[in-house]
Amino acid sequence: MGQKLVHPFSKYLRSAMMPHIWCSGCGNGVVLNCFVHALDELQKDLDKLVVVSGIGCIGRSAGYTNADSFHTTHGRAIAFATGVKLANPELDVVILSGDGDLFAIGGNHFIHAARRNIGIKVICANNFNYGMTGGQQGPTTPPEALTTTTPYGNIEHPFNLVHLAAASGATYVARWTTLHVRRLTLSIKRMLQKEGFCFIEVVSPCPEIFGRRNKMRTGLEMMEWFRRASVVENFSDPSKAEITQEKIVVGEFVNVEKVSYERLLHEKIAQINEKSVKW
Amino acid sequence: MTKKRSLLKGAYFLNGDVACAEGAIAAGCRFFAGYPITPATEIAEHLSGRMPEFGGIYIQMEDEIASIAAVIGASYSGLKAMTATSGPGFSLMQENIGLAVMTETPCVIVDIMRGGPSTGQPTLPGQQDVMQAKWGSHGDYGIIALAPSSVQEMFNLTIEAFNLSETYRVPTLLMGDEIVAHMWEKVVIPLPSEIKTANRKKPHVSPDKYEPFMPDDDLVPPMACFGEGYRFHATGLTHDEYGHPKTQSSEVQSRLVRRLCEKISKNEDKIVKAEEIMLEDADVAVVAYGIVARAALSAVRKAREAGIKAGLLRLITLWPFPQKHVGKVAKQVKAIVVPEMNCGQVVREVERVAKETPVVFISKLGEDPHTPKEILEVIRRSI
Repeated sequence: MGQKLVHPFSKYLRSAMMPHIWCSGCGNGVVLNCFVHALDELQKDLDKLVVVSGIGCIGRSAGYTNADSFHTTHGRAIAFATGVKLANPELDVVILSGDGDLFAIGGNHFIHAARRNIGIKVICANNFNYGMTGGQQGPTTPPEALTTTTPYGNIEHPFNLVHLAAASGATYVARWTTLHVRRLTLSIKRMLQKEGFCFIEVVSPCPEIFGRRNKMRTGLEMMEWFRRASVVENFSDPSKAEITQEKIVVGEFVNVEKVSYERLLHEKIAQINEKSVKW
Repeated sequence: MTKKRSLLKGAYFLNGDVACAEGAIAAGCRFFAGYPITPATEIAEHLSGRMPEFGGIYIQMEDEIASIAAVIGASYSGLKAMTATSGPGFSLMQENIGLAVMTETPCVIVDIMRGGPSTGQPTLPGQQDVMQAKWGSHGDYGIIALAPSSVQEMFNLTIEAFNLSETYRVPTLLMGDEIVAHMWEKVVIPLPSEIKTANRKKPHVSPDKYEPFMPDDDLVPPMACFGEGYRFHATGLTHDEYGHPKTQSSEVQSRLVRRLCEKISKNEDKIVKAEEIMLEDADVAVVAYGIVARAALSAVRKAREAGIKAGLLRLITLWPFPQKHVGKVAKQVKAIVVPEMNCGQVVREVERVAKETPVVFISKLGEDPHTPKEILEVIRRSI
């Protein structure tokens, strides 16, 4: 009696930022939920965690996480996080951002961070469109999908994000949908324990902005699509994992060991300073 | 052979880019992110060798947008951080300069000015980015920009830029030009113990009481860094003192943006530097900066030899604009001459401050800077 009920995970969230901005049926809450579950299960030190995001609906989750956090300009989360991680390699640096932010305006930073193998962990909520600005076509919008800027159907080819990440050199690549909460949480845990650049795509429902223009009016209908189309195929060829109406290949695609950029860099610095230096 | 991790001291023959790089190291800079561009590349090249000797980080990013973003990130991780570029890269950096302003990130951006617009003249000097330095990013804000006139000043003012950026939590711009960057001159580097460096204020409250954007009386908030246990949020959105977005509040917007402007304008007297040469009895003053100030000094000396009471106001700070210095000169002289390597940028500020005093502008584009003779001719005609 008289005791205030506290959610066991409230310590992971900034209550002052609530309520969140997300629509009902949105998958971003699921992504954030799985992320804090992974933090909890690993007993991560929140004082050594930095959450970075770009612009977009899921971009707000950096502010919602009770760690050091930074909300960058559109597309620049990875470039910003590169500076954070190199300047203090002890920090766990996680990016939560969207498909438009990471792969349209920020696409160049993504491929180069993966190529360098900088130890930052990227979780992308892929909702197939620009939700925050009202539902425009983006780099993952499916062919023929209707958006506010493809009123006659999309004619662009979407990126296959897991193929792009694998080809760019990421050491860990996985895809899940917001239906796969247990496997997604496990995947985030694995990623957080790895060295190097890691990437998880989370196919996420956006019923209010994307779904309702594409015959999936509710979050439940979008989740029904994920349930119907998802096939778990671990370590299958990411180049053949394009998302279609009929099939969403989910699972881990890449899990390799590769020395990170920051380790190479700091080893090099140590080597240089063992010998005297000419000027 | 010098010992590892040793700062330079004594007299050296250096070019301006190298002097700038050494100034950064002397100031305590331990993070450089950049992208190759003429005429600033030598800063990156030099730091790629020197930074690791001090345990510092050098990284070549994929473009200038990434470079400034990484610099902001490194600064939030607690390192003094810098990037260096020229006009095209400076243009690409503008949005994130606004982010650095909004998140009050101490960092230094070196812009070695060449001829623009666009790709323009990569190997020739210009002074065409001066207004962009002040107004380049969208929105209202205060910023600091310095203009070195010599290789020695490429060293000294780089240190000064770090000190100002750390003190006021504002991106500070070193606006060099191709000549001061590529010219070789003697540089005297003081003993490390004689070099004054400044560091950002740290929070004076415990993490549970910390408001990351709550200013002290000087309008500058103390800065915690990532990993120190303060668990704070920073955003480019309009935010309150906790760093929480308040995008619908005109009160928060007004309070924040006015403070971002006023922390520079109200500290103007502490920030602004200008050199007054032979101005005591001057009838005509030249107001100049950067490499052009060297020709202007020569012109003023020649004018004095010819019996004309000329003087020079050399602007070291470009932003905030040295309006008190210019205003004082304007009250005293009959005419002000402003030579610049552009179509008229600082001259507009001089005209604004000079009010009734006639201002004569000498524009140079696409070639060598003004000769002393050219400036002397205008001094003669303006009196």
